Amino acid sequence: MPRAATALRAGFARGLIELRQSFTGSELVGQLLWPVATLLAIFFLRNRGFGASGFTLGVLALPSVLGMFIAFGTLLMVQYLSAEREDGTLLRARATPNGIRGYFIGKLVTASGSILVYLAILLVPGLLLVDGLQVGRVGSWLTLAWVLLLGLVATQSLGAILGSLVSSPRGAGYLSLPIMGLVAISGIFYPITALPEWLRWIAQTFPMYWLGLGMRSALLPDDAVAVELGASWRHLETAGVLGAWALLGLIVAPMVLRRMARREAGSSVAARRDKLLQRIG
Amino acid sequence: MTTSADVVIDVDGLRMRYGASDVLHGVTFQARQGEVLALLGPNGAGKTTTIEILEGFRGRSAGRVKVLDADPAHGDEHWRARLGIVLQSWRDHPKWRVRELLAHLGSYYADYATEHVQRPWDADELVAMVGLTEHADKQIRTLSGGQRRRLDVAVGIVGRPELLFMDEPTAGFDPQARRDFHDLLLRLADQGETTILFTTHDLHEAEKLAGRILILNAGRIIANGTAEELARQIAGNDEVRWTHDGQRFTQSTADATRFVFDLFRRYGEAIADLEVRRASLEDTYLALVRDAEAGQGRAAAGDLQAVA
Repeated sequence: MPRAATALRAGFARGLIELRQSFTGSELVGQLLWPVATLLAIFFLRNRGFGASGFTLGVLALPSVLGMFIAFGTLLMVQYLSAEREDGTLLRARATPNGIRGYFIGKLVTASGSILVYLAILLVPGLLLVDGLQVGRVGSWLTLAWVLLLGLVATQSLGAILGSLVSSPRGAGYLSLPIMGLVAISGIFYPITALPEWLRWIAQTFPMYWLGLGMRSALLPDDAVAVELGASWRHLETAGVLGAWALLGLIVAPMVLRRMARREAGSSVAARRDKLLQRIG
Repeated sequence: MTTSADVVIDVDGLRMRYGASDVLHGVTFQARQGEVLALLGPNGAGKTTTIEILEGFRGRSAGRVKVLDADPAHGDEHWRARLGIVLQSWRDHPKWRVRELLAHLGSYYADYATEHVQRPWDADELVAMVGLTEHADKQIRTLSGGQRRRLDVAVGIVGRPELLFMDEPTAGFDPQARRDFHDLLLRLADQGETTILFTTHDLHEAEKLAGRILILNAGRIIANGTAEELARQIAGNDEVRWTHDGQRFTQSTADATRFVFDLFRRYGEAIADLEVRRASLEDTYLALVRDAEAGQGRAAAGDLQAVA
């Protein structure tokens, strides 16, 4: 289908243009703030031991925060959608033939590209800061690749679903609280084994925990598995949960997005702008 | 007689109801290929609702609507590619550059080029046409209101549409920006390929730009014709003044030429100080807007009472 190919090509071009925009000029500071701050934290944890595991906190934390940054794809999508519904970008896409398809492909490319940049900022200096990560194995990178791929699809389609449900950037702000809550209990900052059982179950329902686990399984030495639940990397379960979220997202996201796009009209954009002005005024 | 092939927009008995209140009560009109139509009316008349239904952005409660031979509620991507849309307020793509956005949005139309219609419009050519060449590499958020609006028009026509919708294209313009925009629209209309429907609440703008004016008031089309036809149709009578034997007379008449002819035939040179004041569309239109706003004022007063 040549027309689907056009939307794909236009979407990719769009994604790369917006990726470039988000990493140039004044945007750059905001983009680098979190990865660099995280890197600093890892730097200070690089020599502190963790219990009797024999590993430093820095080594344990670095793969986990990679997982966390992949999970940020959810927040990125929610922010994009709520902001661009309000400023009319989405409606512009709707007024263009195959524009909605191109728009979402563009968003996936921009969000995925941003995340890859974050991961590079964390991983490249991180490998120099902390010792003991297993990066010489082909298997490490293969595991990293499939967890990353499933994770990008799962978290961003979840973000697209949530983003189509909130109607304003304000709503997106509220939505970021439960998402940060999920990050907090996902074993990235605090070992999940130390949490009460019911919290552990909640954490294991969502992609964030599995992204951290998957990244640890890729980059940590084999004996680090002792710290995990059931002393196992649980690759099968990781693929199962992330795959289920990805599949669910791929089925549900286009449906809710189409519904959201259908409801967009010029007067609804204007009405939201008026509301915004009233709030400011 | 026009053949149905010429009819680009065909609206019959269009109704729209929000909750308990009707916004449109049976709107009926047609537009033929190459026409420039103004949908004129005071704020709240239903102009935006009408145009959004035609654009396929909004459902309708009842009535038959055909735009480019399709029901806008079920228009496909191919149908969408033949339309151009300029909405009331765009603030989108603030970080994009002018030429970059036009080239990008244009790329979606390439599949819909035909033997007769080259799609899309070349971005550089289009930038020059709307007078933004100096700003082609600027970020859109740095444009002035008038420049931004000309970009909106450029985006609206980047796919060389057969039919262009514009909702209040000059709202908030200073006089210079308004004149520039009018020149742009007239040039576009001169090419004769694009049918244009725009909304405005400015009578002068409608008279200057449109071949035909539809006046929409409180959800009904109350007049439909050229500016001259409307002046006769709704403004009614011309006013003739004269003196005869030192006495002043004023007479209102539908046919001033005939009346003056009879006057001279009857009194000859005894008639002096003859004045004919043509029916003014503006007077009638302003009266109509005043009535509509007084109606809104009453509604608002009612609301206040309800609150109190």
